[in-house]
Amino acid sequence: MHEIIEFLGVSKRFGDTSVFERLDLAISTGRVTALVGASGSGKSTLLQLINGVLVPDDGSVEVFGGPVPTASLSAFRRRIGYAVQGTGLFPHLRTDANIGLLGKLEGWSDAELADRIVELMVLMGLEPDLGRRYPHELSGGQQQRVGICRAMLLHPEILLLDEPFSGVDPLTRDEIHERFGELMLAEPVTVVLVTHDLQEAIRLASELVVLDAGRVLQADAVREVVERPANEAVARLFERLQ
Amino acid sequence: MMTDGLRQGVRHGAAGAAPAILCAALLGPLASAQQPLVVGSKTFAESYVLAEIMAQLLEAEGYEVDRRFGFGGTLVTFEALQAGAIDVYPEYSGTMQHTILTSGAEFGTEAFAAEVESLGLETLETLGFNNSYALAVTGETAERLGLATISDLVDHPQLRFGVSHEFHERSDGWPGVSEVYGLPQSSFGIEHGLAYRAMLEMELDVTDAYSTDGDLIRYDFVILEDDLSFFPTYFALPLVRQTMEPAVKEILNRLGGTLSDARMRELNAEVSIERRSFADVAAEYLHEQGLVSDADRQEPTDSLIADLIANTIVHLKLTGIAVAAACVLGVGLALAVHRSRPLSRGVLYVTGLLQTIPSIALLALMIPLFGIGQLPAIIALFLYSLLPIVRNTVTALLTVDPLLKRVAAGMGLSQSEQLRHVHLPLALPHLLAGLRIAAVISIGTATLAAFIGAGGLGEPIVTGLALNDTTLILQGAIPAAGLALAAELGFELVERRLVPAHMMTSRLPS
Repeated sequence: MHEIIEFLGVSKRFGDTSVFERLDLAISTGRVTALVGASGSGKSTLLQLINGVLVPDDGSVEVFGGPVPTASLSAFRRRIGYAVQGTGLFPHLRTDANIGLLGKLEGWSDAELADRIVELMVLMGLEPDLGRRYPHELSGGQQQRVGICRAMLLHPEILLLDEPFSGVDPLTRDEIHERFGELMLAEPVTVVLVTHDLQEAIRLASELVVLDAGRVLQADAVREVVERPANEAVARLFERLQ
Repeated sequence: MMTDGLRQGVRHGAAGAAPAILCAALLGPLASAQQPLVVGSKTFAESYVLAEIMAQLLEAEGYEVDRRFGFGGTLVTFEALQAGAIDVYPEYSGTMQHTILTSGAEFGTEAFAAEVESLGLETLETLGFNNSYALAVTGETAERLGLATISDLVDHPQLRFGVSHEFHERSDGWPGVSEVYGLPQSSFGIEHGLAYRAMLEMELDVTDAYSTDGDLIRYDFVILEDDLSFFPTYFALPLVRQTMEPAVKEILNRLGGTLSDARMRELNAEVSIERRSFADVAAEYLHEQGLVSDADRQEPTDSLIADLIANTIVHLKLTGIAVAAACVLGVGLALAVHRSRPLSRGVLYVTGLLQTIPSIALLALMIPLFGIGQLPAIIALFLYSLLPIVRNTVTALLTVDPLLKRVAAGMGLSQSEQLRHVHLPLALPHLLAGLRIAAVISIGTATLAAFIGAGGLGEPIVTGLALNDTTLILQGAIPAAGLALAAELGFELVERRLVPAHMMTSRLPS
């Protein structure tokens, strides 16, 4: 299967506001695809259509070669890691319990779970000692790394990232980018990354989807998009974002 | 005794009345040999004294007696008798005429007897004295204004009237006396025990009194002569159901005509002024009348600690069961409705409505449904506990951070896993806070349960009010306050165990 995620004529509306009209888009297996665009361009909505948090009004979203199921969604979603802006860590659980929650629910043994948590923390450059802390006792950058570790716990086939690295200082962000790159080398996975930071997109992704007001302006390899913008709008957007 | 309370509540429920009557008819003699006779009283000293006299007399004759003293008002006590929750209590002919009988027939007439019979009840021999209503002023007021009769009050419109709640409403009380005498003053309702205090503090000038009240001697109060003969006669008598065993009736009838007004006032003064126990005064009286021989006389057991422990246990039982049940049902209800805003609003509205019913009214409403004793008290407390628990749980579940809800769903937790691992733990601090409020309110409100014979720490409070005895009131009030405090601390410990420190609501900002 070459295209792990496909949008086929997808329309999505919130009340009277249309986010997408008959959107077609394919995302390739094993690549890191960045969805870029200004806020309100529909990036986040697109992501939530992939794991079924949102349901299309028309058309269909196909994942793993079939439409997103409407029942037994939790089994389907466990094949897809999910990390969001502001990290979404559960404040009542310590770091290790946040990362390990799904493993516990899957019935992993304690040892198995502990090993996997440490493995991920080390890959993301976190001291395993931090596992005993609550999220509010971690720095913003540490929280974001924990969010990634949690999303990767079950060795997902797809990783959905919704602006997971926003809101930290540039130095910290650079370091997180580096760690994330290493993680992707160690455990390759199809990534869909939503970001409004073009530099981040260029740095982490191999494919770029440029969105504006619910339309795909261009979807191609990063190099193609940067060197040959499909139209004025893409070029302008690039200028503005850079 | 405790399980007894529950059982009686159930047995005498309205729905179970028919089978109960059937059982009583079939098993009458057998059952009465085994089951204790239940003697009730109202919440004033004389009623306690008379009830205690009846109880001891029956005990001396070999019957087992269960004392259920301190029912909150005539209708509650009467209801308890009719429902079979008590077997006998001291009532007054005038009260029956004006409060219980709808015909208003006078005592001693055919009509009176007929209506009593139609209610399935029977009046035993009158005890002798006539404890009529009266209006009282302090000796100082009487002297200063030259007051001797009720008619004299007409010339002093500035006088402040505070009367007991029952007197305030009864046709043979304030409405009647003010109309017949053309009194220009208005009056307000006040708890009888507190009215005397207010009189002594000069906050009040006139109150209602019973003509045999021992406190009249103590406080040097003057009874104003009923010069227009407005107040009806109030002969005290044991009121029973017709089904009572003849042998028991015969025993109670031995008390007939033995008590004069003056002797009754003395007995009342013994308890309210000399601070002697009801048991002691009753025993002495029975002995003096030769109704009980020396051998039968029971040594009054003075066991403050034992009473305290027993009352506290009952109190804990009432509130514990009520709050635990409210917790299970309240949290369940909150979980069931929190996904739907209209449903949540409906549930909060109904539980809020329950909260607005005054506690004593709610307790009284429980009697026709569940009889008297612990069951109706527990049900009333349960209803009161629902609001804080449901409200806090629903609010907490509704206000869980939407981002965390999205993440929990998006990462692949099933509905029940989301609830168990995310929503409920996040709602837990508020849930516990609601539970804590429910427990503390419940411990306070449960003191009122004594009015419907449920016992608990309200019992010394009710008796203390009847006797105007602060010490006795404190014997209920202090442990109740202690329990409330203990509940508060207990829940804090539970919260500490279950909730991470940074999420605790009980922590005050430093």
